[in-house]
Amino acid sequence: MNKNLKLIGDGLVKNNPTFVLLLGMCPTLATTTSAINGMSMGLATLFVLVLSNMAISAISPLVPDKVHIPVYIVVIATFVTLLQFLMQAFTPAMYETLGLFIPLIVVNCIVLGRAEAFANKNGVIASACDGLGVGLGFTLALTVLGLVREILGSGSAFGFNFIGGHDGMLAFVMAPGAFLCLGYLLVLFNKIFKK
Amino acid sequence: MVLCLGVTCLLCSAILGVAYAVTEAPIREAAAAKTARSIGEVLPSFTSVEEITESFDQIGEVTYFKAMADDKVIGYAIRSTAVGFGGPLTLLVGVTADGVVYNTSVLSHSETPGLGAKCTSDKKFMEQWKGLDPSVAELSVKKDGGSIDAITASTITSRAYTKAVAGAIEAFRAISGTSSVLGPAVDIDISGIDLSGIITDDDAVVPAIILQ
Amino acid sequence: MEYFLIIISAIFVNNIVLAQFLGICPFLGVSNKLSTATGMSLAVCFVITLATLVTYLLNMYLLVPLKIEFLQTIAFILVIAALVQMVEIVLKKVSPALYQALGIFLPLITTNCAVLGVAITVVTKEFAFVPGGTLNLAQALVYAVATALGYGLAMIIFAGIREHLALSDVPKAFKGVPIALISVGILALAFMGFSGIV
Repeated sequence: MNKNLKLIGDGLVKNNPTFVLLLGMCPTLATTTSAINGMSMGLATLFVLVLSNMAISAISPLVPDKVHIPVYIVVIATFVTLLQFLMQAFTPAMYETLGLFIPLIVVNCIVLGRAEAFANKNGVIASACDGLGVGLGFTLALTVLGLVREILGSGSAFGFNFIGGHDGMLAFVMAPGAFLCLGYLLVLFNKIFKK
Repeated sequence: MVLCLGVTCLLCSAILGVAYAVTEAPIREAAAAKTARSIGEVLPSFTSVEEITESFDQIGEVTYFKAMADDKVIGYAIRSTAVGFGGPLTLLVGVTADGVVYNTSVLSHSETPGLGAKCTSDKKFMEQWKGLDPSVAELSVKKDGGSIDAITASTITSRAYTKAVAGAIEAFRAISGTSSVLGPAVDIDISGIDLSGIITDDDAVVPAIILQ
Repeated sequence: MEYFLIIISAIFVNNIVLAQFLGICPFLGVSNKLSTATGMSLAVCFVITLATLVTYLLNMYLLVPLKIEFLQTIAFILVIAALVQMVEIVLKKVSPALYQALGIFLPLITTNCAVLGVAITVVTKEFAFVPGGTLNLAQALVYAVATALGYGLAMIIFAGIREHLALSDVPKAFKGVPIALISVGILALAFMGFSGIV
């Protein structure tokens, strides 16, 4: 049990996919225009990550080595498509906001990376915990980045506006702000956690 | 090896097929609810609505919703697209049977957040479309000599919005047949028009040509 | 006219890296040196064009008529993975020199979201300046090539900047990816000047 808890904790800080491993940059930069959007993208990835990790650790003994990558990709794509159906049915507005980046979870290197590095040599429960930890780490990073961009760019936090009718610094909501904010957040992270 | 990959593909497609069959109804409902909400926003209350796609000579294909109440057409919600700053800007424009804009709503846009995207939140900009009579108002932004107040710092988006509304008005005219159905009784001032040569003394009826 | 608009829009206004955030991982990964950046750009250009052609036809003549568009994601990624493998094998046989130049980048491209991103974009996105909204095959191919050129442009400009960055003395916490991201941010700011022209 403790081992599984440690796996979740590792994903959050020590192996944080965004700040430490620097994986999955595309959705990180593209969908963090607000804290809510960032969090939704993180949770969507978490959903796929946990399920695909579990499925892959269950089937990996049966898959010949030569075709393991295509098989994993098919499994991941299946869960992503499932997620697309569910979002279209129950959260259509969020599905529209995140747009292209929902199907692109298939090629998010975090998902395939965890399948290759962890799920295919560990048990189902450990893989689920690993997926949960890394997914939460990703969600946390996206929410923080989204929050910073939302505060600077629109003067609000989680949709709650605190600067009245004024405009924020729009560049932070647009493309350049994504790169700049992530760059400075990484500097901060390096300063605090890497001596 | 090939067998394994094949079996995985088949299995996954089968799972997705089932999942699709299960979620298809909720997905369609969600889409229908969204459309119904938008139509409700842009037209006064109605009892039934019908989606129609029709092709016209001058303006091409138009998709619109005909709203009825008590067997009478109360108005049309017309889809109209114009090129905005970041991409297509698609509106749903509600026009009541007398040719007045009831309200407008943005269906989809890719305008800059905080600038052009304000066309979905700027109260002052959105309110001015309510009750706008296209036969009186000039459909272009004030900068271009019209009567529409543009969103601050987003003239291109405002222009696109105005153009989309104008397109919907044009479509409305085509849908409702002739321009004569625009208003019930139009008072025409003929005192200033030189009618000699068109109307002879014993001509009691003003020919329709003049109306145009 | 619309071809011209598609090209300008895809290279400058909606640059795939700097405005659409696609293909960032290889963009940051192999832009250390100008020569590898050029090789990667060429390989991406090749694969994006080929993949768009195949997935467009697949979508039009198989998925849509059979009403199984819901398998789009899974079908596209499989096609792209197979295509990359095939290109690798063919290239190895036919042109060993080209294989030497592009070979190491090819396996990386399967998980480059730019390829899948463009393949999905051309069959789903509505373009304001194209009559009818959706792209036909020729327009889709032009869009794919132009997007890939935009990718190459951003990549080569950035590799040039990074070669200079490597020589400069940056604070320790900024070293590596952080300073790279900040430089891309400034580059993206410059590219924002193109917005609104199409």
